[in-house]
Amino acid sequence: MDWIDILLKVIYALVMVAVVMTIAGYSVLAERKIASWIQGRVGPNRTALPGLSALPVIGPMLVKLGIWQPLADGVKFLFKEDPIPGHVKKFYYVLAPMISLAPALITMVVLPFGVYYVDGQAMPLVLANVDIGILFILAVSSLGVYGIILAGWASNSKYPFLGGIRASAQMISYELAMGLALLPVFMWFAPETGGSLNLFNLVQAQGNHMWGVLPAWTIFYQPLGALIFLVSLFAETNRAPFDMPESETDLVAGFNTEYGAFKFGLFFLGEYTHIIIGSGVFVTLFLGGWNLPWITMPAGILGAALSILVFLGKTCALIFLFIWVRWTLPRFRYDQVMTLGWKKLLPLAVANFVLYLIIIALIEG
Amino acid sequence: MATKVVERKPLSIWERSYLPQVVGGLKITFKNMFKPTVTLEYPEERPEIPPGYRGVPTLVRDPNGREKCVSCQLCEFVCPPKAIRITPGEIPEESESRHVEKGPKEFEINMLRCIYCGFCQEVCPEEAIWLQDIYSLSGYSREEMVNNKQKLYELGGTLPDPYYKWDRKKQAELEGNPHH
Ligand code: SF4
Ligand code: SF4
Repeated sequence: MDWIDILLKVIYALVMVAVVMTIAGYSVLAERKIASWIQGRVGPNRTALPGLSALPVIGPMLVKLGIWQPLADGVKFLFKEDPIPGHVKKFYYVLAPMISLAPALITMVVLPFGVYYVDGQAMPLVLANVDIGILFILAVSSLGVYGIILAGWASNSKYPFLGGIRASAQMISYELAMGLALLPVFMWFAPETGGSLNLFNLVQAQGNHMWGVLPAWTIFYQPLGALIFLVSLFAETNRAPFDMPESETDLVAGFNTEYGAFKFGLFFLGEYTHIIIGSGVFVTLFLGGWNLPWITMPAGILGAALSILVFLGKTCALIFLFIWVRWTLPRFRYDQVMTLGWKKLLPLAVANFVLYLIIIALIEG
Repeated sequence: MATKVVERKPLSIWERSYLPQVVGGLKITFKNMFKPTVTLEYPEERPEIPPGYRGVPTLVRDPNGREKCVSCQLCEFVCPPKAIRITPGEIPEESESRHVEKGPKEFEINMLRCIYCGFCQEVCPEEAIWLQDIYSLSGYSREEMVNNKQKLYELGGTLPDPYYKWDRKKQAELEGNPHH
């Protein structure tokens, strides 16, 4: 590999980090805005940038929408005093926020977000098109929970500790159902993908149409699997109604009770990055990625841009779903979370798996 | 006492899956998103203050511009947290309302002490001190939070007076009937 190639990769990676971080920042804004609308409030509508907000019509409108709010939030997190309580285990305390953010950023390496046609040949737009795509995502994204556990343990006080314990229990409970819900997806598309776990091939396979009409998105063929995966995703990203580790009604603020300023900001950003990547994975696996039904992407740069836009659009819709659900449902009780995970989702996932084993065997046999 | 046992039907599998309730809830919140907001944009929009509200205590003048307070110091006496300090003074010889005899030379209400109880308004024989609709006050120093006489009259303004007690007193005196 040339040094030019390496440089390009680094630049791509930086661009992608920038894009994901921006989306994360604006998901926070979306969260606040949507929460306000649902509750009959207006949400952040004051932050103004000198100069830009003086534009006629557009300026005040952007201010009303709170477009500059994430900037202000970021600056605030950066410049706040960053105290470290005396009773914490300092090294791990500082390490934990980084560990909770890093895996989310690493998983996006294998997430294909678009397609580029060169001479009729489909090329993936992805940082690393590895064959074990989904395994990589499952393996690395689970590491995110270490950040939370570490935070809970290093904080050396009882509420974070309970939060950390809950996080690990929840992660273990839902990981199983999640993995089992995924298996039929890859078996279903085995004829097209050659049985590989590559995410790009999977999305391309979903671009076909069943009998020429029905788009081959996985969600249409495996709705139950999609539901199980979605629920597990909510649990894995610690989002309401599964936000057990944080659960401010009974645990103060859970694992991040002892954190403040930028370290808290990192946890915050980590949560949203996890949501974005989780949404991206769901779109890739179940919603046909960048495919639109009955429309073939034009070739060249335009097609590539369009595919990225479609992918982003679907991801944003899913992020909206995450936020929407959070402001609708009350939090589960801890024992309900465990019951749901072990006694309902897991058997359901197994049944789903067996069902599709039989169906696929019948179709192929 | 007869006890009524309420029949509770066991939930069906569909209901126990949480899904119908989740979908129902999502529908409601989605509709709420498009309803008008109830927020009052505070510094620009102010809530309407109902009459009888106990805001910042102020001093008022009667419609003729005479200051109503006669410096009897009842309010100073009654004020539970001792927020009021009055320095009584004489009304100058050449004044129209000389016959009132006394008026406050200095009148201070310490808003860091005031508890908005309204006793001063209630006790005042001249209806000179009123708790009106000012509810938000702030300052950078303790001194700023002590309202002096001038400030109190600025805040208070003029209130209608149905009696004109002192005007009638003067008239009666002129007509030779000082006891009215
Ligand atoms: S409202 Fe009550 S506390 Fe305030 S000045 Fe009057 S008597 Fe004193
Ligand atoms: S405000 Fe009323 S009660 Fe207080 S000193 Fe003046 S006249 Fe007397």
